[in-house]
Amino acid sequence: MEIQPILAALKKHKIPATLIVLEIALACAVLCNAVFMIGQRISELHLPNAIDQAGIVDMNVQGGDPKLANADIPRDLAALREIPGVTAATGIDMIPLGHSSSNSNIATSPGGVFQKDSPNVAIYMFTKGGPEALGLRLLKGRFFNDDEYVDSKPGNNSYVPGGHAVILTQALAKRMWPNGEALGKQLWIGPQNNYTVIGVVANVLRPNQNGGGLSQFYWSAFFPIGPYPVVSDYIVRTTPQDRQRVLQAATAKLEALSPGVVVKGKAFADIRDEYFATTRSMVWMLVLVCVVMLAVTAFGIVGLTSFWVSQRRRQIGIRRAVGATRAHIMQYFQTENFLLSTAGVVIGMIVAYGINLYLMQHYQLTRLPWYYLPASAIALWVLGQLAVLGPALRAANVPPVVATRGV
Amino acid sequence: MGVSDMFGYYLDLALRSFKRNRVITALMVLALGLGIGASITTLTVLKLLSGDPLPQKSARVFTAELNPYPAAVTEPAERVWQQNGDLTSYTDAMNLLHAHRAERQAVMALTGAKIAPKRLNEHPFFSNGVMTTADFFAMFDVPFEYGSGWSEQDDESRARVAVISNVLNDKLFNGSNSVGQTLRVNDHDYRIIGVLKHWAPQPRFYSISLGGHNYGKGDAVFMPLQSALADKMSPQNTNCWSAEADMDHLETAPCAFVALWVELKHATDAAAYKTFLSNYVAQQISLGRFHHRDVALPDLMGFLGQQQVVPDDAKLQTNLAFGFLLICIVNTVGLLLAKCLRRSREIGVRRALGATRQAIFAQFMIESGMVGVAGGILGLIFAELGLWAIRHQPAEYAKLAHLDPTMFVATFVIALIASLIAGLLPAWRACVVAPAPQLKSV
Repeated sequence: MEIQPILAALKKHKIPATLIVLEIALACAVLCNAVFMIGQRISELHLPNAIDQAGIVDMNVQGGDPKLANADIPRDLAALREIPGVTAATGIDMIPLGHSSSNSNIATSPGGVFQKDSPNVAIYMFTKGGPEALGLRLLKGRFFNDDEYVDSKPGNNSYVPGGHAVILTQALAKRMWPNGEALGKQLWIGPQNNYTVIGVVANVLRPNQNGGGLSQFYWSAFFPIGPYPVVSDYIVRTTPQDRQRVLQAATAKLEALSPGVVVKGKAFADIRDEYFATTRSMVWMLVLVCVVMLAVTAFGIVGLTSFWVSQRRRQIGIRRAVGATRAHIMQYFQTENFLLSTAGVVIGMIVAYGINLYLMQHYQLTRLPWYYLPASAIALWVLGQLAVLGPALRAANVPPVVATRGV
Repeated sequence: MGVSDMFGYYLDLALRSFKRNRVITALMVLALGLGIGASITTLTVLKLLSGDPLPQKSARVFTAELNPYPAAVTEPAERVWQQNGDLTSYTDAMNLLHAHRAERQAVMALTGAKIAPKRLNEHPFFSNGVMTTADFFAMFDVPFEYGSGWSEQDDESRARVAVISNVLNDKLFNGSNSVGQTLRVNDHDYRIIGVLKHWAPQPRFYSISLGGHNYGKGDAVFMPLQSALADKMSPQNTNCWSAEADMDHLETAPCAFVALWVELKHATDAAAYKTFLSNYVAQQISLGRFHHRDVALPDLMGFLGQQQVVPDDAKLQTNLAFGFLLICIVNTVGLLLAKCLRRSREIGVRRALGATRQAIFAQFMIESGMVGVAGGILGLIFAELGLWAIRHQPAEYAKLAHLDPTMFVATFVIALIASLIAGLLPAWRACVVAPAPQLKSV
């Protein structure tokens, strides 16, 4: 197909041509960034979390008498383990993606916690049976032994776990000792509180990002604890099929055991769903806007192309009369659209990059990976070709005899 | 013809032209309506999120930001405040409260309050509790249905009194006057002395640093801070800077868990109060209790800005909606232009019969204005649909998303501006059509 005559014709219709280019450029720029945001959020929805997410039920128990915790917690756990279908149970201070969180700065030296870059991490504390109840996946070292649970009592009413053993997630171990082995090393929460790393587990999410963003979402540390009031939840492990029944049985049991407490049971799968609910709704909103935006762009192309097909009926007729086939006419409009789309996506990719720079400055957004640009370009090329199909077919159907009529 | 006659004539011409190009007109109105609907929906949400929760006096209400952290913490104070807001230590907040240097002052923290049921066989439940001091209600213009708040004396004598929200009053007492009744909170008896009318400032400015929700339903039970702490109610957000912090005696522990808000007579008194704060801090440094001189006294809206209370997602959605509106406008320009060029001959005839360029320009601008009005009406429908969808979203502010009169007017203003901008180029193209060649080709 000769490009020269198309360019010559476009020069005569500068304004409509510019408008189509502009519309495609804008659509391409917005599409790039919107799809990028969708992708980021979808990967957030699927963040791995190395616990038994489908089999865990969380029983949040609050409002009990702290003085009785020592007796109540072992009694409650024994009752929960008796429920048919329950394979393990533990008391814990908080749960991944839950509503409350306990966090602390940690360091590799006694005075390091006040240093500016000292990482802030989630402080999980669980009673005996914690690793089994959560379904932690051990990568290195070992889990806590019985003595370590017995030894561990929060000192002087403090929020800091007693004992001297800790298990870290892989991500946190890597953060603390980027080039070396974490096992056997010492970790400090205060000048008098140090812990030996005895195990490394696969990454477990924190209750929330605590202002640190996605990169710190796996910074979790696990400590053993005896039956003390820091325990606010029981984690009960069962199978996905049994979890609803176990949840009901556990609620009834705990309410019967201590009528004064407020019991709230939830399957972990539902806790995760709730945590990511706003993310999911943002994904749907972005998808909706993209679809509607592409539809509007397509209609705009259809409208403008139809207009200039009808304006050029006479010329088309003349071309047909002097020997151009229908295919030639079709190709003419398709090529024209291809040229306009190309100009549009080139500008669009530059604008997309600019928008991304702006968003990076003002929001927590990362750099747009390069492949989003050609992907959006191809999407708009295809969209342009589909939009032009109708008007081009109408143009191809213009009979040669039009040339001989006085319009 | 008079101006109004001309206007009527152009309206008639526009209607005829719409009838002739039904599909293109429908497409224009639809695209514009979608763009405007999306913009108005997101703007309404943004307006809701960034609103002034205390418009009558927000310029006179301030919160004190101190830096009680140890000397080893070298982060700049701005960063500390961005992260921890106005959260500060109990001792200092109470010292400043007792100094009475502002018109009104209150110290506050949030707590999960376990409320015992009034009927047998019902389970206890948790409600949002506020532990605060006497001036809280007058300072924040909290409206009472029955009774009133408590006095400074009640604060100091650790009286077990409580003010409850209308929601809790409905739940426990079926909405009747419950002043004088007993409320069992965390296994202690509190005497109800006041019941609030509906009160839920958006955003809930005082709870932002205290670990509460930023938006949504209001708090349910208010108790004197010192009484509640004596009864071992624990603050929702506690930030300690020593591993040896004794959580059983929080008042003296090296922990920040309360906020101090003050109301000044005039906004201009802020400088004097800030000097007072600086002097207090200097004194604490000489006593060895403080290690950082930094002091800030943002007013309510300044504090909301510093805490970046509006979620990024809401801002991103608004940006996206306006990007979309821009595409819709470009689309409308294109379609209007196509329509107008197609009518070159009609314009030629009108010009030849004596219509001036201004007349042609006016005719086309009126036509695009009509597209704008139609787009606005459609946009309003889309916005209502969009807001309905938002109300079914999980975000904590979702239930509050409603179109208000300002946004109703804004819809049509945006629609008209958008359509008139879109109409400029086509109208200009139309009015430069020369009469002669168009007539010749007929």
